[in-house]
Amino acid sequence: MQPSSRHFPENARRALADDRLRAMLDKSASGFRLRRRMAADRLPEFEALRDRGRDIKDHTLAHLDLYLERFEAQVRAAGGTVHWCADAAGARDAILAICRAAGAKTVTKGKSMIAEEIAINDHLEAHGLVPVETDLGEYIVQLRKEPPSHIIAPAFHVSKEQVAESFRAAHTALDPARPLDEPSALLAEARAMLRRRFHEADVGITGANLLIAETGQTVIVTNEGNGDLTQTLPPVHIVLASIEKVVPTPEDAATVLRLLARSATGQEFSAYTTFSAGPRRAADPDGPRAFHVVLLDNGRSALMDTEFREVLRCIRCGACMNHCPVYGAVGGHAYGWVYPGPLGAVLDPALIGLAEAKHLPNASTFCGRCEEVCPMRIPLPAMMRHWRRREAEQGLQPAVTRRGLALWAWFARRPALYHAAARLAARLLRRLARRSGTLAMLPGAGGWTRHRDLPAPEGRTFRELWAERRTGDGP
Amino acid sequence: MPAVGLFVTCLVDLFRPTVGFAAVRLLEDAGCTVAVPDGQTCCGQPAHNAGERGTARDLARRTIALFEGFDAVVVPSGSCAGMIRVHYPELLADDPEWAPRARRLAARTHELVSYLTDVLGVAAVTARHDGAVTYHDSCSGLRELGIREQPRRLLASVAGLELREMADTGACCGFGGTFCVKYPDISDRMVADKAAAIAATGADTVLAGDLGCLLNIAGKLSRDGSPIAVRHVAEVLSGLAGGTPPIGART
Amino acid sequence: MSGSRERILGGLRRRLGQPGGDDARRDAVERRLADHPRNPVPARALVPEPERVALFVAMATEAAATVERLPDTAAVADAVADLLASRNLPAAVRTAPDPLLAAVPWHTRPALTVSRGPAGDDDPVSVTGAFAGIAETGTLMLVSGPEHPTTLNFLPDTHIVVLPRRRIVATYEDAWDLLRRRSDAGGSWIPRTVNLVTGPSRTGDIEQTIQLGAHGPRSLHILLVEDADTASAAG
Repeated sequence: MQPSSRHFPENARRALADDRLRAMLDKSASGFRLRRRMAADRLPEFEALRDRGRDIKDHTLAHLDLYLERFEAQVRAAGGTVHWCADAAGARDAILAICRAAGAKTVTKGKSMIAEEIAINDHLEAHGLVPVETDLGEYIVQLRKEPPSHIIAPAFHVSKEQVAESFRAAHTALDPARPLDEPSALLAEARAMLRRRFHEADVGITGANLLIAETGQTVIVTNEGNGDLTQTLPPVHIVLASIEKVVPTPEDAATVLRLLARSATGQEFSAYTTFSAGPRRAADPDGPRAFHVVLLDNGRSALMDTEFREVLRCIRCGACMNHCPVYGAVGGHAYGWVYPGPLGAVLDPALIGLAEAKHLPNASTFCGRCEEVCPMRIPLPAMMRHWRRREAEQGLQPAVTRRGLALWAWFARRPALYHAAARLAARLLRRLARRSGTLAMLPGAGGWTRHRDLPAPEGRTFRELWAERRTGDGP
Repeated sequence: MPAVGLFVTCLVDLFRPTVGFAAVRLLEDAGCTVAVPDGQTCCGQPAHNAGERGTARDLARRTIALFEGFDAVVVPSGSCAGMIRVHYPELLADDPEWAPRARRLAARTHELVSYLTDVLGVAAVTARHDGAVTYHDSCSGLRELGIREQPRRLLASVAGLELREMADTGACCGFGGTFCVKYPDISDRMVADKAAAIAATGADTVLAGDLGCLLNIAGKLSRDGSPIAVRHVAEVLSGLAGGTPPIGART
Repeated sequence: MSGSRERILGGLRRRLGQPGGDDARRDAVERRLADHPRNPVPARALVPEPERVALFVAMATEAAATVERLPDTAAVADAVADLLASRNLPAAVRTAPDPLLAAVPWHTRPALTVSRGPAGDDDPVSVTGAFAGIAETGTLMLVSGPEHPTTLNFLPDTHIVVLPRRRIVATYEDAWDLLRRRSDAGGSWIPRTVNLVTGPSRTGDIEQTIQLGAHGPRSLHILLVEDADTASAAG
């Protein structure tokens, strides 16, 4: 998708003015938070598993080249093919080539953020193929011609009334008299419609939550079962995955999977966790005839020797966004690219460039909730700070910020002047406030006073009053 | 008798000297001798969070040199205390001379209420405060320093005080240093949610341990015309609340 | 394509590799893959057999599966026929060609139509075996192969699974161990598809309201058989 991250402030303002969006965000995020808490509290080993999950991914990342080689060898041994793609264009070309070789017209898709990252749907459509999203949330946003607003709940922002509108517009055979007020009616409609699509499809594309080096298995986790129908019914199955998804063994996958559902939806385990190795075997009565893994780098290997390496531990559970007050205020679309929330604030600048995405790591209070809940213990706030440092080093900050900071720093290095300025400000602001105790307006402080008053200082500084009371301070 | 260096913080110095005096009283009541070293300015957090590591390091070195002679450094702010305790050692990690000094100072630096309870073992205060209060957990204090039960323990010992917890006490108020002026609309949504949670408790006063959050919350409540009083927790614990109007109140 | 492979792996090696050579890294990887060590597992599953079975039943039930306990495989035919009747479902099942199910006396319920093979959309009910039950989350491990077409797990509205009690293990790791030990004429122990199934299909994608039966089965019914011939599962 075309990024609009540089317009984050305007995107955010639009989102904040949308009352319907606000209602959806409040409801959805609070439910996710509550269920995660309950699931974590119920498992005494949860914190120990987080430590181990982090260690597994750190070990794997440190040996990623070797594990990827093993993974590839195992996929080939199972009769599959691995396609290495350095960038989004390479992955798009690889997928299109596979589809064309299969003579494909219709492509069903399981949920994949990598597919969003490489904008595969647009590419397939431009070449005459019909991609059909089969995850219910993805299907809804596809009909609405929107990107997903959340990595595990793509239609996080959509109300059931809006879903009904989209179905009525898209499903032309739908009887206008049929009520679609209830989620159950909407689900029944989508299920019937998509069942046909599963059977028509020539190619099924899924993502991968994990890749397993020892076995060459790709792993998807779903609740709907759409991923399984996507990969079992068509003759060709394409797995689209980024390189950092690999873990060494099924035992390591078990640890990560214990963390994933609990962190994401608060479930003990998702309904369907599927491990796939290669195409249909000789005696198999069903399953795809061909199995392809499209392995995407797209800037990830370049993070290996940077302070952002640890973001590659991410297992895409979405807990950071569910707990982020900024995401909770503006929703996923405001971020302007595939990965919203704290994860996006760290990953997006790496993938689409700091110039485009510089607002994202800045739009954080560093409240720390994301790091507190991240199952992989990724230090997200520290990484956002690293991006701010790079922004400063590259001179990407607005001039007014740069000059303001420089002026403040000049004073802060000179205690006498710093205190004099504080004394002056304390008096001045007190006088301006008169007896009201607050200032409703202050030149140059519009960012503060647009929505808040500024409480006035007491009038004299602590240091001033302290000096009057005592002398001879020192250790 | 521990010799305590009080790191006042910029906001307390400029906006709310009462908090500084409240800290001094609480520390002295607990048997400390308190000094306020001249030459202290800012801990450097604004520079650190803006990615200006050079400036942040300079200010860190200044602060370390100024405070390393004390038995303890006490800060009436979880955010500034967190800067010294957590971020100084990482900022100066590559500096062979300053890294050990940063680590030593970090180990001896404490947020005020945490110092009173966790280090000095203070279990009760003698203050009185008649009314219902609610307590906002500031992000850095809560998540960087693990301060949650300590202020509640001391508040429970204040005569006449009833604590009414708000929903999601640890939700960020939307201050975030320069965040609140860089993204004022998002910050407003956050502080509006916080103000609503505060009002829903029916408490007459909201307390917190960080002046940044308090100015933000007081400014929002004032703009909304709310009568809820806003104070630093140290004001109530020290018994100094009676002598000074709440933050942003009419005088 | 091969250019990309070298670019990616070369870039990784440049950033990760050790100046003195990569022998130590290679050894670490080989050891880890050969040993496939276990990580911590939830203590709640590490209990004696009766409690383990009870945990499986409780967790599967919590995940909205239904569990019915049967004395032996012979009871499966009645249980299936009665379930279909009680739910007003058509008296037809599509079954897996699983030796475990070969012992089921379907002929005692002549009104029931029984066919074998992969599922299509016309099959409202499937009956399959299970490779293992995993107590910690009430999860079934279903393994693809000639004896277990994968479509049976997903296309029918109702999926009935026959699970011998002896196949209930504590953790995912235990289930993988069973699979690793399974002798396989082809040499590799790795099946084409391993489905871990925990309850019926569901979605929360409309206003985060959980609804059952999104794309897969609306109903998952587990027949937990006390004394079953485990020939199929032990294979």
